Order: sequence, then structure tokens, then C-alpha cells
Amino acid sequence: MSSPSIAQYLLPVLVVLPLGGAFLIQLLKKISKLISDIIANFILGVLVVLVFSLLNSPVLVYKVGGWMPVKGIPIGIYLVLDGLSLLLLIIINMIGLISLIFSISYMRRFTNRPLYYTLFLLMIAGMNGVVMGGDLFNIYVFLEVAAIASYSLVAFGTEADELEASFKYQVMGTVASAFILLGIIIIYSITGTLNLADIGRVLKDEVTEAPIILTGVLFLVGFGLKGAMMPFHAWLPDAHPSAPAPISAMLSGVLIKAIGIYTLVRIMFNVVGVIPLFSTIMLYISAISMTAGAFLAFAQWDFKRLLAYSSISQMGYVMLGIWLMTPLGILGGLFHMLNHSVFKSLLFLNSGAVVYGTGSRQLKRLGGLNQKMPITSSTSLIASMSIAGIPPFNGFWSKLIIIMACIQSRHFFLAGLAVVVSVMTLVYYLKVQRYAFWGELQLTLKDIREVPFAMCFSMILLAFLCTIMGALLLPGVKELFIDPAVNTLVNGREYISLVLK
Amino acid sequence: MTYLLCSLLFLVGLSGVLLKRNLIKIVISLTIVEYSLFMFLALVGYKQNAFPPIVKSVAEEANYVDPLPQALVLTAIVIGLATTALLVALAVRIYEKYGTFDIREIRRLKG
Repeated sequence: MSSPSIAQYLLPVLVVLPLGGAFLIQLLKKISKLISDIIANFILGVLVVLVFSLLNSPVLVYKVGGWMPVKGIPIGIYLVLDGLSLLLLIIINMIGLISLIFSISYMRRFTNRPLYYTLFLLMIAGMNGVVMGGDLFNIYVFLEVAAIASYSLVAFGTEADELEASFKYQVMGTVASAFILLGIIIIYSITGTLNLADIGRVLKDEVTEAPIILTGVLFLVGFGLKGAMMPFHAWLPDAHPSAPAPISAMLSGVLIKAIGIYTLVRIMFNVVGVIPLFSTIMLYISAISMTAGAFLAFAQWDFKRLLAYSSISQMGYVMLGIWLMTPLGILGGLFHMLNHSVFKSLLFLNSGAVVYGTGSRQLKRLGGLNQKMPITSSTSLIASMSIAGIPPFNGFWSKLIIIMACIQSRHFFLAGLAVVVSVMTLVYYLKVQRYAFWGELQLTLKDIREVPFAMCFSMILLAFLCTIMGALLLPGVKELFIDPAVNTLVNGREYISLVLK
Repeated sequence: MTYLLCSLLFLVGLSGVLLKRNLIKIVISLTIVEYSLFMFLALVGYKQNAFPPIVKSVAEEANYVDPLPQALVLTAIVIGLATTALLVALAVRIYEKYGTFDIREIRRLKG
């Protein structure tokens, strides 16, 4: 981008464009059914280009409506773009675009596709808003926009299972929002402001310990529920499999990161500061998520349900890396977050392709699909190897860094646990491969075919990313993508002065 | 005193979410939780003998009300409306599929 003064005007565009597109689709849906496919894919394509054009930019602050700070106190709405936001924006919009390409073919069997695209774009707008939000008010509002869109997308099939899962998800989600709102109110009553940077500035002057710990706990419960950390995970294995496959990919690959992990990390690292007790609790939570998620995934026979439990387990890795609070750990955690979004969405798209081809997602009823669906089968093999951490693929590098970071900060038990869980991951993905793709072709599946081009294309694209993303650690590329995000977290409360300057 | 009432309402709603077995009663409990928070937020923003925050009407050192909590509470109410509407709509659709509002009979998903 040429100069920061022009680049900062791109920030509201990232929210306004999908928001406007969502309503445009509803206006134009009468003309042709195809038009909603075109508009949604076009908008996501533009968003991806915009996000990549923001690479390598300094910290950008956009003040909505041009409300300048009064006596150094910010009064307007801030949109902030720094390294961490940019990493999340890349994940959201890239996975969003690929899921939408997949949807062109996959959603043909659903009625009312324009509504699907509208909700999809609303979810994208909400998540873009969350990761750029510079104050708690907007983070809360955009978080609800994304969450409400995802509730209705989970129920999109309107079958008995989907409705039940969505209701459960929504009750949990509303309770989570209540806790988050309570935390926000308490923060407001202590500091008298909701701007993240301003909260940090006020708290630096007068840290009153007990209320901050209370808000920490409230945010932990709220964002923990949104991000399906282990004691709060009950909704995820129902909600994620019930959604249509591209939405499962978005929920597991993006949503739980953007509104669960990102928000908690942003508030704790950059604004209020982490006390050692909190990071210890988070380490325990991530270790429990990692292990228990793997055990529960092990016992599943439903393809998508297994993937959902696996998401809980892999999110444990991400949090384990980040909450070690060492630069190496944060690097591993964020890199694993990026990798997980790629291979988990690929696996969910694979499961969608299997459902599309065979009509079933029960592993026991499948078998021998690699003869009939070579592309689905080979891409899912790549994704399974990536998530299990087999060397040339991306998952290996991020897990290696996380384990090294555990050893470096003398958490030998956690390092051992991470290795064991990684082996378990390999075993349950081999189970998927064995029962779904290898073995004898069942008689009932004699006349299935490979899925249409758009679905194959998006799966191949993601498999390609799985293979080459280890290269993001090479010097030169690392400074562009991951280092700015790592520095945002390592520098912690320097965020405050960067935004308020 | 009023803060105590808010926390009481919050707990009433929360226990309703946990203990009630009827979908509609769960929705009502969630609304109670939300409304307790709205009231809390409005109370936090309350200032005695304060002026509305219109800058030019009174002298600069006057005691202004912060408009932030009011804006937040309005937005939160609208969000609450959307969630409640969606929950009730889902409850109706669930009733069509299962023929009951009892969550003990609506449990196809497990494992």
C-alpha cells in the first residue's frame, strides 16, 4: 500500500463491503438465482485482495466519523489494524472465499441459497469487525452479529438434529454473551471508558486488583464458551457437524478462533496485562482441552463429529502455545492457528464432499471411496497427515515449535503430553482414512462419482496450502506474515501507546 | 441495594437456564439474565444532578452524563431482541419436529 493515510480508509471497507453485499443479495435475488453466487464470491475475492494489500503496513488506526480524541482521550469508534488483526483477517477472508467456492456446488441441493449467502456475508462482516474492533462496545456488537448469523447457519438445514444443535448452541452462546457483557460493564465502571487502549492507559495508573481478576474470570467463561475450551465445550460437537459443510469449515476453522481465542488474548495481553495465575489456569485448560478432545474424538464414528472433537483438541495446542507467553510459544500457537484453519476446513470440506457423494457420514457405512473419489480421498489424506504432524506438511512445523517452546520454558510434562496427543491424532485420522477411504468398496456405494469441479477446486487449493505453508517459517516470508502478529503479543501493552499516539 | 437486585435477577435467570426443562422457559430465563444486565448497565451510567451531554448548552465544567452506557444499553437491547426472536422461532420449529417442548425428550444428539 502506498501511504498509511490512504491504507487506513480500507479498514471500514472490510466491514462495510460484506455487510452491504448481504443486503444487496436480498434485493437482487428475484432477478436470478445465480446472482447471489456471483455477488458473494466476488465480494470475498475483493476482500482477500484488500487484506493482502494491507500486508507489511504499520499499525493503522481509523477513527469512524472523524471524531478526534479530546485532551488525549479517545471519544470515537476506533478500528485498529495491527499484526495480530491482520493474521486473523487473512484467515477469515481466505477460508471464507474457499468455503464460498465450495458452496457454489454444495449448496445447490438447499432451497433459498440467497439467504445462505446473506448470512454467510453477515458472519464475515461480524468477524472482520471483531478482529479490527478497537473498543469493547464494538467487539461485543460485531461478536453478536457473527454469532447470531452462525446460529441461524447451524440450523440452516431445518431438520430435527440441526434445530436441536442450534438451540443448544444459541443458549450457550447467549449465556456466554451475558458473561462478556457483564465483564464489559464492570470494566466500564472501573475505568469509565470502553476503548481498549484507553482502558489500558487508565488501568496502568490505578490497578485495582480484585475487579480486574473478576473481569478476567468473566471473560474467561464468556470467551471460553464462545471458543469451546474444554469445560465449556458441550455445544461444539453438536453445532459444528449439524451445519452445512462449508459452514462447519468456517465455524471450526475461523469462528472459534476469531471470537473465542483472539478476543480473550487481545484483551488479556494487550489491555489489562496477564497475571501469572491467569496464564497458569489457561495452560491447564489448554492441556485438558488437548487431551480430552483427542480421547473423545477417538470414540466417534460420525465423520463430522470426530472432526469437531478434533477441533477442541487442536485449539488446545493453539492456546498451549500462546499462553506459555514466551516468544517461541506465541509463534508456535499463532502459526498452529493459521495451519489449523487450513487443514480443519479442508477436512470439513472433505466430509461435505463425502456426504454430497454418498449421502452418509457414518464411517461404518463408508469404505473404499479412494477408488471412486480420488481427489476427495487424496486431499483428505494430506489434511490428515498435516493435522497429525507428519513432517513435510504444515502441522508438523507448528507442533514442533509448540513442543520446543514447552521444553524451553521447562514444562516437560506439557511437552510430553503434546507429543502423546499428536500420536493419538495420527491414530484417529488413520481410522478415518481406513474406514472411509481405504478398504473394500461397499455394494451400496457402487455408483457414486467424484464431486463437481468447484468443490474439487477448493479442496485442491487447501491441500496445496497445507503442503507449502511450512515455508512461512523461512526468513523473509516469516517477517511478512507471522512476525508482526507475534510481536503484537510479545510487546503486550505497548499496543496502548501505538493506538493512542 | 439496586446492584443487589440486579445480581439477584441475574442469578434467577441463570438458575432458570440451568434447571428449567421447557424450551420456552429457558428462553424466558435467558431474557431475564439479559435484562438484569441492561439494568445494571443503566445504573452504572447514572449520575446525580447531571446534564445531558450536549456540549454547548452549559458551561464546560458542568457535570455531564457519559452517553456511552446509554448507547451500549440500547444496542444490547436490540441484540437481545434478535437473539430472543431467533430462539423462539427455533423453539417453534423444534416443536413441529419433536411434538414437545421438554428437553428430556429432545435429545437425539449425544456422544
